[in-house]
Amino acid sequence: MNKKTNRRKFIQQVGMATLGTIALSQIKPVSAFANSLDGEVLFTLDALPYEFKALEPHIDALTMEIHHDRHHRAYVDNLNKLCAKEGIQEKSIEVILSKVGSYSAGVKNNAGGHYNHSLFWKMMKANGGGLPTGAANDAINASFGTFDQFKTKFIEASKSRFGSGWAWLVAKDGKLNIGSTANQENPLMDISELKGTPVLCLDVWEHAYYLKYQNKRADYIDAWFNTINWDTVNAQLKLAK
Amino acid sequence: MSFTLPALTYAFDALEPHIDAKTMEIHHGKHHQAYVTNLNNAIAGTDAEKLSIEDICKNISKYPMPVRNNGGGHYNHSLFWTLLSPNGGGLPTGPLAAAIDEAFGNFEEFKTKFNQAAATRFGSGWAWLIKNASGKLEICSTPNQDNPLMDIAEVKGFPIIGLDVWEHAYYLHYQNRRPDYCTAWWNVVNWEEAAKRFAM
Ligand SMILES: [Fe+2]
Ligand SMILES: [Fe+2]
Repeated sequence: MNKKTNRRKFIQQVGMATLGTIALSQIKPVSAFANSLDGEVLFTLDALPYEFKALEPHIDALTMEIHHDRHHRAYVDNLNKLCAKEGIQEKSIEVILSKVGSYSAGVKNNAGGHYNHSLFWKMMKANGGGLPTGAANDAINASFGTFDQFKTKFIEASKSRFGSGWAWLVAKDGKLNIGSTANQENPLMDISELKGTPVLCLDVWEHAYYLKYQNKRADYIDAWFNTINWDTVNAQLKLAK
Repeated sequence: MSFTLPALTYAFDALEPHIDAKTMEIHHGKHHQAYVTNLNNAIAGTDAEKLSIEDICKNISKYPMPVRNNGGGHYNHSLFWTLLSPNGGGLPTGPLAAAIDEAFGNFEEFKTKFNQAAATRFGSGWAWLIKNASGKLEICSTPNQDNPLMDIAEVKGFPIIGLDVWEHAYYLHYQNRRPDYCTAWWNVVNWEEAAKRFAM
């Protein structure tokens, strides 16, 4: 059996074994929400803008598939169920994040998970990386001196986030800052210490790299720099203005 | 004196198929080793070098974050390995079994509650069965490498069993299916060791 067949078979097995249990790892057993969804779904999972294997060898196809189809899917499903259960009708994820402190921990976790992952997928592309372009290049140099100084600081924030979380480059008051958040919190949340418009983000939950890098988070971070889509960074910078 | 990585008392593959050999090898040799190394670095030249890991945990609010994260990591993993056994699983016996029935009704109820604590700990952390100050059993969970011995813990007590629910504990074998890992883990729980701890 060749490698490809092996992988396909593995995915099938994973797929079959997980049916019905995905949501369990997140908040509450699925059964707790039975019949609570009244047909209206507020949030949907977008397809990736590239193939699962597009980021290889930096991020492997299986990691991308499970990360998108299982983890992100679970955040979306749980968020929809919780919104239905708690009577939330707000359709803008940004608005929910901006007052997330007034909702349940479940809404915070899953709204953050949905927003963060949606942005993260767009932050990467095949043949990405290299030096920042356009306004991103100017803003990074203005705030950090050089790209290398920026990179060192961003790597440090990514490595030093203990446990699960995210590293961020944010724009606030015309300046860029680097920081990190715990679990699925993010800089748009009212409860966040780090605030600003997300310009670049990196998932440092172990699920983002464990299949390929195991305990070597630093190697994952280094490799991830080769996938950055600077066009998205520039688009986020425009939003911040 | 510095802290050292305790050897496992069973082979890496001893807990298969419930916990795979590669996970055990990396978990013990890389993750736990890193906590030991980083803890030793964090306390080098301080009075904490003369203390037990339990005493450090009990006063953890007096130490900087690296001691809390790595001291907790060292204590929790050291405990975790002893509470696993290839001959584990089944039911607790003796006074521990009686105390579980008294606190939770019966073993199945206890298991359901413990599984729920393990499943609902969002992000990285641990699920615990503890003996509280009044000698009663309680279930709780902690984030990251905190534990119920720590003075900063929301629920405090003496750990009887602990389950690592960091993704590194199960991702190679179970990926996103944390509940499957928790279900499998019951097959390797070392009830003899748990009973000893309950008697302490
Ligand atoms: Fe993720
Ligand atoms: Fe661990």
